[in-house]
Amino acid sequence: MEFEAVIGLEVHAQLKTRSKIFCGCSTAFGAPPNTHVCPVCLGMPGVLPVLNKKAVDFAIMTSIATNCTVARESRFARKNYFYPDLPKNFQISMYELPLSEHGWLEIETAAGKKRVGITRIHMEEDAGKLVHDEFAPVSRVDLNRTGTPLMEIVSEPDMRTPEEAGAYLRKLHAILRYLDVCDGNMEEGSFRCDANVSIRPRGQEAFGTRAELKNMNSFKNVEKALAFEIARQTAVIEDGGRVVQETRLWDANAMKTLPMRGKEEAHDYRYFPEPDLLPLVVFPQWEEELKARLPELPDARKARFTSQYGLSDYDAGVLTSERELADFFEAVMASCKGEPKQAANWVTGALMGLLNARGLSISESPVSALALAALLTLLDSGVISGKIAKTVFEEMAETGKAPDVIVKEKGLVQVSDASVIEKAVEEVLAENPAEVTGYRGGKTKLMGFFVGAVMKKTRGKANPGLVNELLKKRLDA
Amino acid sequence: MELFRLTVSEAADLLSRREISSRELTLAALSRIEAVEPKVGAFITLCREEALAAADAADKALAKGGAAPLCGIPLSVKDVLCTKGVRTTCGSKILESFFPPYDATVVSRLKDAGAVIIGKNNMDEFAMGSSTENSAFHPTRNPWDPCRIPGGSSGGSAAAVAADMGLCSLGSDTGGSIRQPASHCGVVGLKPSYGRVSRYGLVAYASSLDQVGPITKSVRDAAILMNAIAGHDPKDSTSMPKSAPDFTEALRGELSGMTLGLPKEYMEAEGLAPDVALLMEKAVKTLSELGASCVPVSLPHTGYAVAAYYLIAPAEASSNLARYDGVKYGFRAENPNDLAEMYKNTRSAGFGPEVRRRILLGTYALSAGYYDAYYGKASQVRTLIMRDFARVFASCDAVISPVSPTPAFLIGEKCADPLTMYLSDIFTVPANLAGIPGISVPCGFSADGLPVGLQIMADHFKEETLLTVAHAFEAAAGVSGKKPQL
Repeated sequence: MEFEAVIGLEVHAQLKTRSKIFCGCSTAFGAPPNTHVCPVCLGMPGVLPVLNKKAVDFAIMTSIATNCTVARESRFARKNYFYPDLPKNFQISMYELPLSEHGWLEIETAAGKKRVGITRIHMEEDAGKLVHDEFAPVSRVDLNRTGTPLMEIVSEPDMRTPEEAGAYLRKLHAILRYLDVCDGNMEEGSFRCDANVSIRPRGQEAFGTRAELKNMNSFKNVEKALAFEIARQTAVIEDGGRVVQETRLWDANAMKTLPMRGKEEAHDYRYFPEPDLLPLVVFPQWEEELKARLPELPDARKARFTSQYGLSDYDAGVLTSERELADFFEAVMASCKGEPKQAANWVTGALMGLLNARGLSISESPVSALALAALLTLLDSGVISGKIAKTVFEEMAETGKAPDVIVKEKGLVQVSDASVIEKAVEEVLAENPAEVTGYRGGKTKLMGFFVGAVMKKTRGKANPGLVNELLKKRLDA
Repeated sequence: MELFRLTVSEAADLLSRREISSRELTLAALSRIEAVEPKVGAFITLCREEALAAADAADKALAKGGAAPLCGIPLSVKDVLCTKGVRTTCGSKILESFFPPYDATVVSRLKDAGAVIIGKNNMDEFAMGSSTENSAFHPTRNPWDPCRIPGGSSGGSAAAVAADMGLCSLGSDTGGSIRQPASHCGVVGLKPSYGRVSRYGLVAYASSLDQVGPITKSVRDAAILMNAIAGHDPKDSTSMPKSAPDFTEALRGELSGMTLGLPKEYMEAEGLAPDVALLMEKAVKTLSELGASCVPVSLPHTGYAVAAYYLIAPAEASSNLARYDGVKYGFRAENPNDLAEMYKNTRSAGFGPEVRRRILLGTYALSAGYYDAYYGKASQVRTLIMRDFARVFASCDAVISPVSPTPAFLIGEKCADPLTMYLSDIFTVPANLAGIPGISVPCGFSADGLPVGLQIMADHFKEETLLTVAHAFEAAAGVSGKKPQL
């Protein structure tokens, strides 16, 4: 029997506000334990939450960008459960009336374009964290993260393959980064994803029993965990077994999902409306103001890159996949006269190769957009050849020097003086009489050999076009 | 002159004329406490040193002139209000060693006005109770009869004011906890509209019902205290974003032309003591003589109010009190084997029986499968009760009723029967459910010589109407001068 997977994703994105969602404490990561706290986020007796407007702005912006309908009135609710990292022993979240609902994102995979539905987006506060002592039977509580604003984005179970899930996550991530509402750092946990996955015989309407996957801290790991889980569930069913509804953790080292240890308790969170906060009413004008301030989003920017710069769909897609990368490309284009296609090749080729090799992000690039633009201008105006440009780029990446400085220091200016090149041509022909005879006898493929030899003699600086032309003239004469 | 007998307005006059100092007045209140507190038990914590320092600061401010009416006035606050650096127990063992690092907004407003806080009043644990017998520390006795309860949960505040231990007090009212003890102790108690006074730093019992308010010797004093504590607080999202009026202005108002509603459901309520009914009749007569027309009205959903209250309040309490887990502050049980045991032992030993009972009730009412039938239905009843009042206030300026069906009962009388205890809240919980203001003003004494209060309720944010009616009634009834023998 042939099976298909049904995948839904829940993303928790940390909103990039400076202060917490219900008090004025800093949200900065990495401070000494329990220094970014106050009576409110410590849940001391008698304190009350006051909603951070910026956090609401950010969640509304996300709702608009993901085609969700923002509720005129939403409500915070209390989710009650006991845990030491939760000072009030309830989390202020949203339940019956979320901030927004019924959105969608368009994703693109090898199979083509597809819409993935977004069920809802709601806001909530983060919990703190427990630090377990390695040497003593104690646990410590760090409440710095307590009250950090989160947005939970729940998708419809619309994805059928790990690839689609990956595409959805990358798209959502890109949108949040474009909006600048979340820093998107999966390692630090500011963009976390849980996946619900089940399988069913192809053609069947009803869903199978699902497993919830957690602990995947990269897009790749989400895809791998889903692929593993789909294979595991398929094997269970093919062996005549039944999939159990459970939470499973992805073990990236063992490359498999394992049932979460400890007994699985069916929590009753006893949700009820948060009496300390009024219903959140979003007037149309507020939403309109935010809509007007939205930046260009990935899809629109991609379309513009193809029309304005004449880039291929693929190049435009790669360049707009991250806001910083697209900004980098546009900064290059703003200060160089070269062809967009050539600039795109340099950014997606040499530059991204360099960043990948060094494990750097675009914002950490050792070669700035201005420097790359300067290099492309040298190339475009014929001062250096393409081959030399590669050398100069490597030097720029190593030393951080400007391209014209490198060209000058190393004497890399392209030689276009015909008399100089003619001299080198004469020498090469004189040094290789056998090859000359061969060429003239019909082995025209030896042209490459002669060009290489001339370039070597000129230390790569000769204008390759001119070298070809002069060699042809002498050999064919 | 016995300085401790003064009302706030009388003392403020003498202070501003520099005829007495705040230090003298404060010392008088403190020695009065020394003399009668052993018989009453109205305090959990006294702040003698802090009080004298505040009194000296107030005297300096008074010397400069132009000080606020509360400047230099010794008063107490219920131990449910956080006081920076001063132990705040909520009448509970679980907070017996809790020293808040912040003041409640109302406390900081009192301090800003120059008031002198002399101590923290006893109360039912976490404000859960109608008799102050649920304090983890000791019960409070009614100054009018030491065998009787002072009412609750702000029993310590009302008893302190009635016994002249401090000129006034702040209490909190979730289902009657200011009005009922004020009635039982023969003082004035005002529960403001929900949202009128900041709840920041008021340790939450039931967040959608709790309000802080004054307990005073006169209606004028209640207006003076309201001027100090009312008004928007950015730290409380449910506080009304508008500035409060000068409440003392309302004391000039007259009753002629006013319509006062007399709800038949209250007067026909089961268990209404004949003494109380008689005093109500007298009060109606007095008010009519003052020019008000008293008309019968109907609040048809009154019979469901207590049931709705005892679902909503415990539900919110079960969540509000979850934070007392031994992890961060307060009491923690020793040597648990694991986390669950730490929670269980801490909360079992830290909370008293009434608090545990309400946490269990509330947890149950919010549980999956029961939510709609209990919390959901109670919320609907609440809406109906609000509509009852809205309908009545369309034609009435205020509603008058008893505060409590009976005068103060005997200590221990209702302990074994929580349900009877709950039912005595029938006249006070509707105002909390509807979010409207209510005041208890002394209206006479039972045959046994126990004080009985008259309740006046008005529409949202119409505290001024309450004060006008209460002030006129107070002057005409002429009962507020009487003092208990201690």
